[in-house]
Amino acid sequence: MSTLTTANPAYKLELTSSPHIHSRWSTKQAMWMVVYALIPAVIAAIVFFGFYQLIIISMSVCVCVLTESAIKYFRGREISIMDGSGIITGLLLGLILPPNFSLFGTALGSVVAIALGKEIFGGLGFNIFNPALVGRAFLQATYPVPMTTWSEPSYAVDSVSSATPLSAMKFDAVFAGKTEMLLGNIGGSLGETSSLAILIGGIFLIAIQVVNWRIPVAMTLSVIVFGGIFWLIDPAVYPDPIFHILSGGFLMGALFMATDWVTSPLNSKGMWIYGTAISLVIVIIRLFGGLPEGVMYAILFMNGFVPLINKYSVPRIFGEAK
Amino acid sequence: MSLFKKSKSFAGGVHPPEYKELTENLSFEIMPNPKNVVVPISQHIGKPAKPLVKKGDVVKAGQAVAEPDGFISSPIHCSVSGKVKKITSESNVSGFPKEAILIDASEENELEKMPVLDPETITPEEIRERVKEAGIVGQGGAAFPTFVKLTPPKDKEIDTVIINGCECEPYLTRDYRFMLERTEELLGGLNLAMKALGVKRGAIGIEDNKPEAIAKLKEAAANYEGITIEVLETKYPQGAEKMLIKAVNDREVPPGKLPLDVGVVIQNIGTVIAVYDAVVKGEPQITAAMTVSGKGINNPKNIVARVGTPLSDIIEYCGGVKETAVKVVVGGPMMGVAQFDFSAPIMKATSGILVLTAEEVNDHPETPCLKCGKCIDACPLHLTPTKLSRFTQMDKLEEAEDLGITVCMECGTCTYTCPANIPLVQWIRLGKQRVIELQKERKSA
Repeated sequence: MSTLTTANPAYKLELTSSPHIHSRWSTKQAMWMVVYALIPAVIAAIVFFGFYQLIIISMSVCVCVLTESAIKYFRGREISIMDGSGIITGLLLGLILPPNFSLFGTALGSVVAIALGKEIFGGLGFNIFNPALVGRAFLQATYPVPMTTWSEPSYAVDSVSSATPLSAMKFDAVFAGKTEMLLGNIGGSLGETSSLAILIGGIFLIAIQVVNWRIPVAMTLSVIVFGGIFWLIDPAVYPDPIFHILSGGFLMGALFMATDWVTSPLNSKGMWIYGTAISLVIVIIRLFGGLPEGVMYAILFMNGFVPLINKYSVPRIFGEAK
Repeated sequence: MSLFKKSKSFAGGVHPPEYKELTENLSFEIMPNPKNVVVPISQHIGKPAKPLVKKGDVVKAGQAVAEPDGFISSPIHCSVSGKVKKITSESNVSGFPKEAILIDASEENELEKMPVLDPETITPEEIRERVKEAGIVGQGGAAFPTFVKLTPPKDKEIDTVIINGCECEPYLTRDYRFMLERTEELLGGLNLAMKALGVKRGAIGIEDNKPEAIAKLKEAAANYEGITIEVLETKYPQGAEKMLIKAVNDREVPPGKLPLDVGVVIQNIGTVIAVYDAVVKGEPQITAAMTVSGKGINNPKNIVARVGTPLSDIIEYCGGVKETAVKVVVGGPMMGVAQFDFSAPIMKATSGILVLTAEEVNDHPETPCLKCGKCIDACPLHLTPTKLSRFTQMDKLEEAEDLGITVCMECGTCTYTCPANIPLVQWIRLGKQRVIELQKERKSA
């Protein structure tokens, strides 16, 4: 108990300017929350496609973290594995690969995701495109056949062939059952088939405000409207909106990819525009493009427009004429 | 979210932990007079007052020791009886040394008062004159001379007086205690302010985390004509002028304009109580009520102390600081000023002294901006803090100006919410000053 004076060096007081308190959230904590939110999807991948998938995911995580650290080291920057961002890229990339994909391919994709997707722009916070999707786009071009070869869920007795619901829809006009699609008992990428597992993680992130709800909501509404228009025109050829939501990488894209802080717009208005546009592109690619699935390209395409969206979606300053 | 909103509010803002429980149930304690006081001659916005005394003069508590210099200025009264030691530049809670009158207090403790006025028969002119004479300044932080606010330009039509009872800054419970302990004086003071402005409507905006104060005021306000109690959402910065008017009257003050441009005058709780005391009891503003709190002080309290009491005296009166203290702040944690010299005195508008620990400050290292947009969502004025701070760092002042950097009221919401811990408002403060300089240069060119 002593009196505080400048002459008393016992107290080293901080003299920064206001505000003097900070919210409990740090970037690092938010990143780790995303990692936790992906655990249900990882579990679903193992349940439906077997233990080998854990090796693929581990491979992508390890290579992403190593690549990031190596580049940071050569650039003379502080190595920050524990900020979690490299781990997230690895997890996401692993989860959007086809089951039983080659380990070498996984590693290659991981190097590209980190090196060309992120570090070349200056590292975390400066990249334009979603790193995990950059990695997957690279693999799609490098391994066109393995990247579109889907093995059926390992324990499934009576599942929908080895095609994904989207390719079955597109090339054979066969629609998969909704319950199967919700649980994940269908063909598709490791972590994308179980809509339920993704929803659990995604809703958790929205609830703790790590993910802004506007982008997934905009994407969902938009896919219902645009997908719904075609469904109403001809339900025999075009799938219904629920199919759009549950199939392919839609939920993974809406909750974990399009909501990436760095590559999505800054403000609410921009988020609505961005989410709506992504789903429009998804519907166009799925129904009229050469590929059965369009989530990846739709998000990457719209990532490129984010600076423009930011420029034209500046909010009205309080008190300015409406 | 807006679907479930019960109380009125504005868009944006943050919910910092309140920590009001440290002091909210403690009644005001009157602190014993200090042995010596340091009375700054500038405790308000505007021109400093001109000293009326010199070294060696014997002065009485309540005596005017400095007179206003110009329209936007305020007289200063001696807060204790004693002898003028000297008039010199002294350390100040603003961080910059300021001219002050140093007084050695004597045993005598009689207060020199002004004649008592009758609130029933008083004229608007008499109210303004008394408020000016008593040296009353706004208690909300900016310390704007109150009589100036009660003298709006003739072409502005004022229809509402809003009392700011939000106390949206964490820790502070001064206004809350005022509402509970001095309910009648508060309503009487508001009535006087309404009378001075010729206004029929008075509203007291209170955040919904103060149910006791709301109940008590609602009951008491029933006896006053035209006064309503407005329950507002608990959210920082609900007490900012623009946010308060938005919530209470649903009017937006345009950038660069004042509340009186939308027909509103805002007064703080402490201010109208001081108005009441000046009129009905004839007391000049020589005391300051404040909350002394934070986890770093041994005995948090709500106190009333004489203006000019050094911070060190008050900290000692509250049991001294703990070893874990890392920061001492005068004002609230969101907009207050960190202190380094504890011989600095409290002033008329001092609302709190906080001793914070590392746990409360919760500082973490700065990392790159991830463009999450949380600062934009939180900004009550809908600015783009991340870009404003970046433009300032890159010295792109024109771009910052276009994005409205001068509109920023420096509430600190952006820095509080930033997960990357970027000192956004600090950069914006710098950029704002530079843009204002640039605008001046342009004008003179």
